Amino acid sequence: MVQTKRRSVIKLAGSAAAVASTGMAGILASGRTPAYAQQKTVHWLRWVDFVPASDTLLRKELIPAAEKELGMKINLETVNGNDLQPRATAAIQSGSGPDLIMAFNNYTYIYANSVVDVSDIAEELSKREGGIYKYCRSFCSDGKMFMAMPWAVIGAMVAYRKSWFEEAGFNAFPQTWQEYHDAGKKLKAKGRPIGQTLGHTFGDAPTFTYPFMWSWGGKEVEADGKTVAINSKETIESVKFMTGFWKDCCDEGGLAWDDTNNNRAFLSGTISATLNGASIYIETLRKPDQYQTEKGKPMKEDIMHSPLPKGPAGQFGMHLMQSDMLMKYSKNQAAAKEFLRWIHAEKNYGKWFESQKGYSTPPTTKWESSPVWNADPVLAPFKVAARLGQAPGYAGPPNAKAAEGLSKYIITDMYAKAVQGMAPEESVKWAEGELKKIYSA
Amino acid sequence: MTVTAVPGTAAARRPVPRLRKLEDERWLALVLLAPTAILLGLFIAYPFVEGVLLALSDARVGDPGHFVGLANFAKLWNDNIFWTAVWNTFWYTGVTTVFKLGLGLWLAMLLNRHFRGKALVRAFILLPFIIPTVLSTFAWKWMFDPTFSVINWTLHQLDFITQRINWLGDPNLAMASIIVVNIWRGVPFFAISLLAGLQTISPELNEAAAIDGARPWARFWLITWPLLLPVTMVVMLFSVIQTFADFQLVYVMTGGGPANATHLFATYAYQIGIGTGLLSQGAAVSLAMFPFLFVIVVIQLLYIRRVEVR
Repeated sequence: MVQTKRRSVIKLAGSAAAVASTGMAGILASGRTPAYAQQKTVHWLRWVDFVPASDTLLRKELIPAAEKELGMKINLETVNGNDLQPRATAAIQSGSGPDLIMAFNNYTYIYANSVVDVSDIAEELSKREGGIYKYCRSFCSDGKMFMAMPWAVIGAMVAYRKSWFEEAGFNAFPQTWQEYHDAGKKLKAKGRPIGQTLGHTFGDAPTFTYPFMWSWGGKEVEADGKTVAINSKETIESVKFMTGFWKDCCDEGGLAWDDTNNNRAFLSGTISATLNGASIYIETLRKPDQYQTEKGKPMKEDIMHSPLPKGPAGQFGMHLMQSDMLMKYSKNQAAAKEFLRWIHAEKNYGKWFESQKGYSTPPTTKWESSPVWNADPVLAPFKVAARLGQAPGYAGPPNAKAAEGLSKYIITDMYAKAVQGMAPEESVKWAEGELKKIYSA
Repeated sequence: MTVTAVPGTAAARRPVPRLRKLEDERWLALVLLAPTAILLGLFIAYPFVEGVLLALSDARVGDPGHFVGLANFAKLWNDNIFWTAVWNTFWYTGVTTVFKLGLGLWLAMLLNRHFRGKALVRAFILLPFIIPTVLSTFAWKWMFDPTFSVINWTLHQLDFITQRINWLGDPNLAMASIIVVNIWRGVPFFAISLLAGLQTISPELNEAAAIDGARPWARFWLITWPLLLPVTMVVMLFSVIQTFADFQLVYVMTGGGPANATHLFATYAYQIGIGTGLLSQGAAVSLAMFPFLFVIVVIQLLYIRRVEVR
């Protein structure tokens, strides 16, 4: 219980007298809100997590604990992931809005002018936790400043139905794209297609199309970050392969899917495999009675994860990076930094990480030794997601131009146009034209 | 009665109260128009001018940029996604307006008759218009869902199809789908507005024509339609402006996809300006809508004037 002391009563009476004597004019002249209204507040904008338990943990446990320990008010607001960018743009232009805004991938570069350098906290974290992965660093730091505080990587792995692949003659997940095509063809013939979005959505579409292109040897630009290099024999080969793969193996409705469709399709037993975070599996763990196989067994026992297959140029992955930008317009920068330090402290961040059950990989190497990864072998492939990822913009840096290309879905649309019937050479040429507009500007 | 002041009297010596100025029609008009003018200036002229200035700069999010003249418009001229959006917007507006007018008129004629439960039916007809666009569009999105479409399920159960129809994944079908939803949403506005117009037409005119032997179609074409035309043109004017600048429906249904196939002016402007942070280019896309809309509106207004004079 809060005790009322004589001193505080006198203070309160004093402020009341001051307000009464000087009135509103006095408050306005001082340029400060009255003492009793000066509580530090931090507004934190995040996505609606695909693991609902983590949002519950934040709201019910971590945020109240932070408020108590730091003596500040924290407003957590969650929105659809696709709405984060519009919210960031609107807030920056109006000069007001959330103090901390979650960013995906290299979108941090788009907002670089409008964020506060958080190098001090990021480097502290890096030093304390065995180093920030190069992959995570490349998204959040341009080499001069940390544009955002790296939060987590959502590993993108293929979730697949083990028994269905075995029935199709594949006792292990296909190692190459050609093998995956062979398996997918058999599965689709049985009414169990592969599900993949080629729609305008931030997560599952680019995390599939970029690594697919890289594994065939295709790339957006040369290492100089200027010369557009997409119109190559390798990219055209990849597009050709995609058109056949799409027709023979995939659920063709995927052209209009967002990041939630494949979860629903997989959980309803409509598709046999899909590139995703671990959210499908985690959902089957949460509701084993609801999600069952056609044989009446819990679906969780029939799900495995694998990295995307290898192509002629190797095996690649692109995993969704999440970070928190501290906005320049924020009037609560010190409080926001204080909160970032608090939430990234091992005891606090660890609780959140555990609630993710392997859906997220932390941005520092220390967590590789976490018992979370040993708890469930199905989630084990996600452990090293941040070690294997490659950032959009490759072979160039993941800078603002690469971020613009990603935001405009150019690589995804290149494949989408081809599977809709455009000649592969034409769709690659279209992508080249769009990328040249960006990189020559 | 007019009261005139007599020179030298006490009334004439009193100073003229300031309110007297309002007795002058010019001052009164100014005072009465001022609130509207201020509101128009604040909420229409100012954002419009800001939009123009933005379109003439190279502003990005967080960077006010510099004046670049018509460079953004030159970029648009060479942008095939922009031209897709132009074509889509005209197609979308044209097709939906024709259907909304036809169906709305048909509904209005039906509702203008006397039958039991007329009030209830009128209330139901308004439902699509009353429900928030985002909410009803989400329901349609689920109905057109590539995997779980209830429309596909029904067609399959009725043996009309053997394979799923890819409503939102096929460029042409996606366009058709958003057109259907727009028509569904817009018909009540046409129906209720035209019904209001129909009720202003004296039934005696139709009765007299019927006595003279005019058949229903002739009565509609020669009496109802000409008298309804001014209302129809105003309704169409509103509808065309709204449909041309439509955003919510397409954003929720397709997000401009698949592969940019359903972008309209507004959704493309949003993707470029807000999504990618290229504010100046987004403003240019938005502003490019203005000349098209201006011409459409002027033609319609001139037509309305002609109809009213006639």
